[in-house]
Amino acid sequence: MATKAEVLDFIRIYADKMAEHRQELTDLDQAIGDGDHGINMSRGFKAVMEKLPTVEDKSIDEILKSVGMTLVSTVGGASGPLYGTAFMKAGMATKGKEALADEDVIKALDEAVGGIQFRGKAEKGEKTILDSMIPAIDAIKACINEGKTMEAALIEAEKAAWAGVEYTKTIIATKGRASYLGERSIGHQDPGATSMAYAFQALNEVAQKGR
Amino acid sequence: MVGIVVVSHSQKIAEGAVELARQMAADAKIAAAGGMADGGIGTDVAKIQAGIEAVQTGDGVVVLVDLGSAVMSSEMAIEMLDDGSNVKIVDAPIVEGTIFGAVEASIGSSLAEVIEVLAGAKSYKKF
Repeated sequence: MATKAEVLDFIRIYADKMAEHRQELTDLDQAIGDGDHGINMSRGFKAVMEKLPTVEDKSIDEILKSVGMTLVSTVGGASGPLYGTAFMKAGMATKGKEALADEDVIKALDEAVGGIQFRGKAEKGEKTILDSMIPAIDAIKACINEGKTMEAALIEAEKAAWAGVEYTKTIIATKGRASYLGERSIGHQDPGATSMAYAFQALNEVAQKGR
Repeated sequence: MVGIVVVSHSQKIAEGAVELARQMAADAKIAAAGGMADGGIGTDVAKIQAGIEAVQTGDGVVVLVDLGSAVMSSEMAIEMLDDGSNVKIVDAPIVEGTIFGAVEASIGSSLAEVIEVLAGAKSYKKF
């Protein structure tokens, strides 16, 4: 069961990570994109943190939607509409929930990944956010189906997300600016998959705190 | 009159395209929605939405985009409108498209006619 306090904790931890890894994400993006992913994500989540005190008393779905709305107007690059849509869809999926059961968390993640696929018109294997996000969600589902706890599932999810990040080094980008590089994108780690892996790292950290 | 919104990652590109188009069609309803609120490089859903609302007279709006997040941000801005059914993103060169679209719209053409002209802007030969 994830409480509202844990949802807020996740947002704060993820925002800290985006500030902390700003240069790393930007360096990754400089190699294969327009070199602004870290700058954009940290700017967006800085704005999220400024807005958060005004919405933290609201319901989980309103908090998530507010994060999404803030991101689409402050990130600037493609990650704005993508992460923004993900948070908004997660918000819609949790409407009316005071706390999130395991199935609610899975539903929110499914809606979020569906939103990213719809918005970016991408699939797994195209060197994008999805290459860490889809394996991470699959790992959660597999663990929960085996009867494991969400805390245990999120450990596996983070591992799967980083494995997905490693996988992006081996494939050609066919979406976004990196696609202009074609085969030259091979060998480079995808910045979007990396920022998404940090989201699962943040979820994992929140879960382990609650043990 | 059909409205035109120019969405670029660069505020200067959007404003420049609008400036060029106004030379040809001074009374056209055109909005520049380039860059972020602070003028930095990027696209901003709220800015695009405001641009659409500023030029929407009821006759429809075409949105010209540069690339990448300009497309996704424009799609989101349209989805967030109360009624975005007559707001269309067109796949056309942003500078030429803004000029052609502004001229076509200013002579009172319908949304469908403006979109058709802009589709042609993509294959327009400069020499």
